[in-house]
Amino acid sequence: MGYAWLAIGFPLLGSLINGIFGRFLPKKAVGWTACFAVGASFAVSALVFAQMLVMPETSRHVVSALYTWLEAGGFRADMAILIDALSVTMMLVVTGVGLLIHIYSVGYMGGDTGFSRFFAYMNLFVASMLLLVMAENFVVLFIGWELVGICSYLLISFWYEKPSAAAAGRKAFITTRIGDVGFTLGVVLIAAVLGTVSYDAVFGRIIGVGSDMAAAIALLLLIGAIGKSAQLPLHVWLPDAMEGPTPVSALIHAATMVTAGVYLIVRAAPIFVQAPWVLALAAGIGAATALFASSVALVENDIKRVLAYSTISQIGLMFLAVGAGAFAAGMFHLVTHAFFKSLLFLGAGSVMHALSGNTSLNKMGGLAKKMRATYAAMVIGALAMAGIFPLSGFFSKEALLAGAFHAPFFGRIVYAAGLAVSVMTAFYIFRLIYKTFHGESRMSEEGWRHAHESPISMTAPMSLLALGAVCVGWIGLPSRIGQVVIASNNAFEEFLRGSVSAVAFGNEAVSQWWMAAAALGAGLLGIFAAWCCFIRFRGIASVFVRKLSGVYQMLVSGFWIDQAYDRVFIRSGRALAGFMARQVDIGIIDGAVNGIAGCVGSVSGMLSRVQTGYMRSYALAVLAGAVVIAGYALFILK
Amino acid sequence: MLPVGYYIALSSFMFAVGAVGVIVRRNPIIMLMCIELMLNAGNLALIAFSRWNASMDGHVFVFVVITAAAAEAAVGLGIIVAVFRQKSGDIDMDSLSEMKG
Repeated sequence: MGYAWLAIGFPLLGSLINGIFGRFLPKKAVGWTACFAVGASFAVSALVFAQMLVMPETSRHVVSALYTWLEAGGFRADMAILIDALSVTMMLVVTGVGLLIHIYSVGYMGGDTGFSRFFAYMNLFVASMLLLVMAENFVVLFIGWELVGICSYLLISFWYEKPSAAAAGRKAFITTRIGDVGFTLGVVLIAAVLGTVSYDAVFGRIIGVGSDMAAAIALLLLIGAIGKSAQLPLHVWLPDAMEGPTPVSALIHAATMVTAGVYLIVRAAPIFVQAPWVLALAAGIGAATALFASSVALVENDIKRVLAYSTISQIGLMFLAVGAGAFAAGMFHLVTHAFFKSLLFLGAGSVMHALSGNTSLNKMGGLAKKMRATYAAMVIGALAMAGIFPLSGFFSKEALLAGAFHAPFFGRIVYAAGLAVSVMTAFYIFRLIYKTFHGESRMSEEGWRHAHESPISMTAPMSLLALGAVCVGWIGLPSRIGQVVIASNNAFEEFLRGSVSAVAFGNEAVSQWWMAAAALGAGLLGIFAAWCCFIRFRGIASVFVRKLSGVYQMLVSGFWIDQAYDRVFIRSGRALAGFMARQVDIGIIDGAVNGIAGCVGSVSGMLSRVQTGYMRSYALAVLAGAVVIAGYALFILK
Repeated sequence: MLPVGYYIALSSFMFAVGAVGVIVRRNPIIMLMCIELMLNAGNLALIAFSRWNASMDGHVFVFVVITAAAAEAAVGLGIIVAVFRQKSGDIDMDSLSEMKG
């Protein structure tokens, strides 16, 4: 399956073409090049998937090496890709959702001066993300990991003239770097302890190194995953990352890159299962993050930041699932989330497009009349995320909660957290829908007249994503609920079972009827509460805000975490830097340099007086020197 | 044949005259002549020792020194002429002190 390299090659080529020649090409050509590159990549992925389906299950594991990238002593890292069920799943998600978002971007970014630059970065991102998910060893994974990081930085600060966008890009890059340090150390530890970085060899040898070493490796990898996936305590960059263009938020900060942490844990599952307490830690962090982020999303008033906190909380649920050992359920939610969350982001982008860039929920309302297609798409996305039967989110969230319930000692706790998150999720996403599309318009008269439905190039991809948000869940129907058999097996889980981490996968967690009912009930409860607060009894929300202003302030400020980081890290860092600049740099370092220069200057000033400029005194000095040397030769040396 | 000591005494005297001349005179042409005198004092000593040792090595050095002296005189006179033009007639050596530190 060496042709799978083409999946990376096409977007990379597209990125080079648009990056180098894009500014000389008409916009149409730039858009076509970018979309064609990702489309071709999707076609390759689909072909790989089809070929894999006809292969016997045991041979669904193909390694293709281009060349040896590093070789030193016994250590060796190939530039190699691995095609197995897990990587094919990710390839299809990345290229499929990526293609739709590229098509959407042609319409969305149509008026932007950085059109070709945007598509060069986007194509580069798709290529990097594919490298990340297709890597066959931890070193290539690391290359992809860092490349998506730099693409994220470039695209968040895409409108770099805006100081807030540039600052958000820096914040994202620096915050994820903290996690990347952990990830880098993890990879180095793997190479040092196991002598190899290739997945198969690492997973084969991990049992031999003892549980403490395995736990150390798993913990370091988990730190990397936390940074990339914006989990507590490194989540602060994701809400700010919404400064980037909306398609970027949809592709990178909802569907693909931020879920790389979940992918990493699933990929390295054989390491993680050797360290149960690290997995429990992952589940705990996931549950805490999900609760925290969804509660902040309840009061957030910026349409994109609501979705950003929602993404953090949904990834928290995925961490919860994989931490509970339900790796397949975590991946399943990753896939469905990619569809409904990018759909919601594209819908938000469509709304912003209609309102000339306004993102404040307080200046929207009543848009359902003006934007039928966007409204329908966003309601589908919201229903899917709220976990309403039979949309995709229902099945993945159900599998996820069932998996969490069956986790060892902490299962009940994280299950309860998951249910609470479900209620809040349904509430905040329908709060967003109601505030955007229902009720009276809170815009200016002129803004209302200007509001319009987006062009077909934007609504068409949204329709396809909406179709995905409805149907994708059906690939992972549970094999049975309670005693009732639905299918011979869970197709998605069965497919993933063939991947490299097969050893780590336990049995499918069997769901009970009451669990399905509870998951569905949680979603309906949230929607009902939102309906009460924002449609039926309009004033209730403001009463809550007044009565519980302390709680409200805490939620609006995101639990003061940004402020705390500002106090503890940024200000102390600034103070230290200021001290270094004023005292150490100017005082000690500059002082030493200037002191040496001053010494040399004064000594040479004294010595230069010897040079009188009188030729005859030089001659006398030469003669005196000659006499001294002659005397030395005559009387001392003999 | 005169003993070698006489030649060396003459050579030393010539060298001393040349050295004092270079140091005390301020006319560059005289200084140049004094340098020639010192060089030739050296030549005389070389030839004397050469004869005394019955070896031709000293002669070789003398030819080298004569060649160097000729070149030096040519360059020195050239510099003097250039300075003379620049300073419009003033060639007092002590007034040429622009390079002092």
